[in-house]
Amino acid sequence: MTKVTMTVNGKTVSGEVEGRTLLSGFLREGLGLTGTHIGCDTSQCGACTVHVNGRAVKSCTVFALDVAGAEVKTIEGMANADGSLSVLQQAFQDCHGLQCGFCTPGMVMASAALLADNPTPSEAEVRHGLEGNLCRCTGYHNIVKAVLQASGQDITAIPA
Amino acid sequence: MPKDTGIGAPMKRREDIRFLTGKGRYTADINLRGQAYAAFARSEVAHGKINAIDTRAASEMPGVLCVMTGEDFAAMGGNPAGWLINSRDGTPMREPKRPVLAHGKVRHVGDAYAVVVAETVEQARDAVAAIEADITELPAIVDMKAALADSGNRVHDEIPDNLCFDWGWIEDNRAAVEEAFAKAPHVTTLELVNNRLVPNAMEPRASLADYNPGTEDYTLYTTSQNPHLHRLLIAAFVMGIPEHKLTVIAPDVGGGFGSKIYHYGEEAAVLAAAKALKRPVKWVADRTESFLSDAHGRDHVTKIQLACEKDGTFLALRTETLANVGAYLSNFATATPTFLHGTLMAGPYKTPLVYVNVKAVFTNTAPVDAYRGAGRPEATFSIERIVDKAADELGIDKLEIRRKNLIGADQYPYTTPVGLVYDTGNYAATLDKMVELADVAGFEKRAAESKARGKLRGIGYSTWIEACGIAPSNLVGVLGSRVGLFDAATVRVNATGNLSVMTGAHSHGQGHETVFAQVVAEKLGIPESSIEIVHGDTSKIPFGMGSYGSRSLAVAGSAMVKAVDKIIAKGKKIAAHMLEAAEDDITFENGKFQVAGTDKAKTFGEIAFSAYVPHNYPLETLEPGLEESAFYDPGNFTYPAGAYACEVEVDPDTGRVEILSFTAADDFGNVMNPLIVQGQVHGGVGQGIGQALLENTTYDENGQLLSGSFMDYAMPRADDVPFYTVDHSCNTPCTHNPLGVKGCGEAGAIGSPPAVVNAVVDALRRGGHTGISHIDMPVSPSRVWQAMQA
Ligand code: FES
Ligand code: FES
Repeated sequence: MTKVTMTVNGKTVSGEVEGRTLLSGFLREGLGLTGTHIGCDTSQCGACTVHVNGRAVKSCTVFALDVAGAEVKTIEGMANADGSLSVLQQAFQDCHGLQCGFCTPGMVMASAALLADNPTPSEAEVRHGLEGNLCRCTGYHNIVKAVLQASGQDITAIPA
Repeated sequence: MPKDTGIGAPMKRREDIRFLTGKGRYTADINLRGQAYAAFARSEVAHGKINAIDTRAASEMPGVLCVMTGEDFAAMGGNPAGWLINSRDGTPMREPKRPVLAHGKVRHVGDAYAVVVAETVEQARDAVAAIEADITELPAIVDMKAALADSGNRVHDEIPDNLCFDWGWIEDNRAAVEEAFAKAPHVTTLELVNNRLVPNAMEPRASLADYNPGTEDYTLYTTSQNPHLHRLLIAAFVMGIPEHKLTVIAPDVGGGFGSKIYHYGEEAAVLAAAKALKRPVKWVADRTESFLSDAHGRDHVTKIQLACEKDGTFLALRTETLANVGAYLSNFATATPTFLHGTLMAGPYKTPLVYVNVKAVFTNTAPVDAYRGAGRPEATFSIERIVDKAADELGIDKLEIRRKNLIGADQYPYTTPVGLVYDTGNYAATLDKMVELADVAGFEKRAAESKARGKLRGIGYSTWIEACGIAPSNLVGVLGSRVGLFDAATVRVNATGNLSVMTGAHSHGQGHETVFAQVVAEKLGIPESSIEIVHGDTSKIPFGMGSYGSRSLAVAGSAMVKAVDKIIAKGKKIAAHMLEAAEDDITFENGKFQVAGTDKAKTFGEIAFSAYVPHNYPLETLEPGLEESAFYDPGNFTYPAGAYACEVEVDPDTGRVEILSFTAADDFGNVMNPLIVQGQVHGGVGQGIGQALLENTTYDENGQLLSGSFMDYAMPRADDVPFYTVDHSCNTPCTHNPLGVKGCGEAGAIGSPPAVVNAVVDALRRGGHTGISHIDMPVSPSRVWQAMQA
């Protein structure tokens, strides 16, 4: 067991981990931040997406020890300071961009990173940018719509 | 102006707040003090005789608390099939015992034969690797036709030809159908495969079992679409414990699509381990285990024939289908290819004569059961493909052949030749709507534009119907169902006028917490915010059958309305007393009990308070309190229907298919929340496009699953699909349930695959490949390319 320290959602945290402990496992089991979900064992689904130093990372693909000292942000850290939904989260609710909610944390984290890189993406850019995140419920329609809305673009022409 | 509250309002979902902030509570998120972890040893061969399983080394591994094998569970009951099917000769289906863990033989790759419980997940998994299983590999039975040939190789030794049943529907129609075919001016024949799918809800299955030795109570947190059904199966059939000693809690569940209806052996295994160890025991499947052990869907091989006049009028239809049930009978495995498939083979058409034959076959593959649509996508795909093929053969327009044969809006109730009575519909209206929204008139121009770019453009249609809310219980009982198919609700009005509504339905993405509250709010004239929808915990909710088959609103919602009606009826009695009026003179509207024609009134809140503080109350004739339950058993199925169009472009150089647009015009009856209904259609269409273009479950000849991960199994991703155009303005309300609703959960997955394949075939034929009449799903680039070379 090795001690690891990092910043998660603005707070300094530390814990004892094994060399093989994944960041996803540390967040869920070590810190109780169960908003980060595990949907696969081949780094394909994106349900575990978090931000490490501002970039979207599939937390099942990195060891906890490898992000020692980093700034990590999870879905639990995405709301506004007063607890209200952020613009992006609100867009997901407005557009019905989630159903069972299992892919949702990963979708929100991936979308937030996408918008940080490209503040007014086209539909094709959103679809391409979310290609690493699987959703089995929504057929992606309302997720793409939500990201476009969050970017401030007019979505009224998009069909229901 | 659309309403912003109550029935029909596009209300945003209340459940979203917790999911968007990481506060959902799925089974894997729950930990109990002192819990241990289970891991399962699974067969690496598809078929094998278990000679011995040596667990000694595993038991001595660090942290290991216990190791149990199939033998330890041999005395427990089998996990039953929920529907008894009789073969054409009257003999009952063959029904091998499905044990908690395999013993004697392993029958598919991933078949679990032992469980290890240890202090940590890693220790449990390490110990699984140390189990020494002496298994003699037997030849794998993978192909259904070979399975039936009875080479002496059997999935279950007592079942000679691997045949579960040979079902005819309706057997009495058979002779008339044959006669019609013999005389028909034109017969179209098509052989097709409905590809095997892995449901892949994004949340893998999980179970956390707890046992209290002091009370002998078990609690199981699990990924279930129907906690009461799980409790019934586990307690009464498998473990032999009284139901009241088992609580099943299905907390937030990350999608199901059918795969979480069923009881799986892992659930009983962790319960037994929790009792043995007197500690909570948790198991969370990884995705590989999901691929290997979740019930798969579809997997039909069908020959379908359509007899028609030269003008395209349908005369008769017959099918012969082989349906793969896998190695064991999952709970709905026998109902899916029969009563959810054969009974739908008339589709939305007036075909006067239909005969369906289904042989269900055991193979050394994972069990196959209901997956979103369950039998109805298979029926719809067969019908809608042969309709297109017949149109091509006869030189008739694809829309015209459908219009000519659709059941007319004035023909309801309509009795089909396969035993259903459609209560209402207007199939021409949804077809017209689809034609308008898909801009069919502009297609030729778009096709020319594609051609100029060297691409082949095609348009495909499907007009489909399905049957939801399977019922009534007494009828399905005659047909072989071993369960009732009612649902239940309890409405508890609290003293200050807010409500808890306990429902037998389970929401795993459908948004019941929002929609059910809208319905109750509308009925009682109170705000949604004072209504809580409670689901998923057998210790709280009444005995209902859960959510699948698009039944929640039509069946559980109807029970809820009935319970609300009882609340109103009792409220009127209380109001009559308080207002010193006759009960018959009390009206209830907008949350107010009023003496008709006067301004004397009591609010809903005042009546509720009086029921719990019954000072001015008719205690001699009326019980205090305001809580009512209702059970609802539907009088018939509901029959959602619709018309879909898909437009594709095929790259002739690569065979790659791009979906350019998808249009769905549906009739779901009354719509309670359009936002949610649209979302259900989007999701269903997305899955249907996945089936049509991408997804395929492949076992090699040794029964090894080749498509066992997201690297090998192509799930639809955001850039595989377009924005969909969805409409539900052509509604004919269901005639026999109080909300007039039909169900919308499966429609998209039912109607879309044939529209996609029809579009691809259309594109290729327009592009000069007139010899192509069919391509099996998934219509992958290599299949399209090969078809073009033929
Ligand atoms: S759990 Fe990390 S990508 Fe699937
Ligand atoms: S909302 Fe269920 S997987 Fe995306």
